Amino acid sequence: MDTLEVKIPPAIDAKVDARGLSCPMPIVRTAQAIKTIASGALVEVLATDPGSLKDFTAWCRSTGNELVEQSADGTVYRFVIRRK
Amino acid sequence: MDESINLVLFSGTDDKLQAAAVLTAGAAALGKPVNVFLQYWALDAFRVGRIDRDHGLAPEAGAEGKDHVEALRIAGQASWAETLRQAKELGGVDIQACSLSMDLLGIEQTDLDALVDGVEGVTAFYLNAGEGQLVFI
Repeated sequence: MDTLEVKIPPAIDAKVDARGLSCPMPIVRTAQAIKTIASGALVEVLATDPGSLKDFTAWCRSTGNELVEQSADGTVYRFVIRRK
Repeated sequence: MDESINLVLFSGTDDKLQAAAVLTAGAAALGKPVNVFLQYWALDAFRVGRIDRDHGLAPEAGAEGKDHVEALRIAGQASWAETLRQAKELGGVDIQACSLSMDLLGIEQTDLDALVDGVEGVTAFYLNAGEGQLVFI
């Protein structure tokens, strides 16, 4: 029997709206928020700081949390991170 | 354990304290232990009741630099004191006053903002710093 594969977007467990905040606040807010969710859960971050592209990649690499998604809509960057 | 980041804050102007606060918060967000050692004019800026006042800018800022800093503030950039408070909430940040500078400025520990965890000498600072990186601002 064929199985029907349905892609369900992953459920976000915490959101950080860091739009308008300058470095390093998007990362600081995310570090605070990720402590509130369980291991394996997801946090979504919106940021406008142009440094956040490299910062979130570096932060995830250093802390061991996984950068699951990364996209940009105009000047707003969106990151989805899975807690280690 | 991650290697520590150790910042010696000497200058007491808002731009240099802001730079130091950003470095502190960034390291704290990475989970690194951060030791901050307050000397001279930086320590003076941490007096209770004075911490949120205008501490001016470094001489090289000039009039144009002042406008840039003011524009960031109006855009909603957190003050250096607020940035340090948030860094401390993340944990791993210890802020110590230099005992020599306390004597020099005639400051008691009760004169200092609650951001300051204690008073120590340079030997204790170096011992805590261990093999970590050291930054002087």
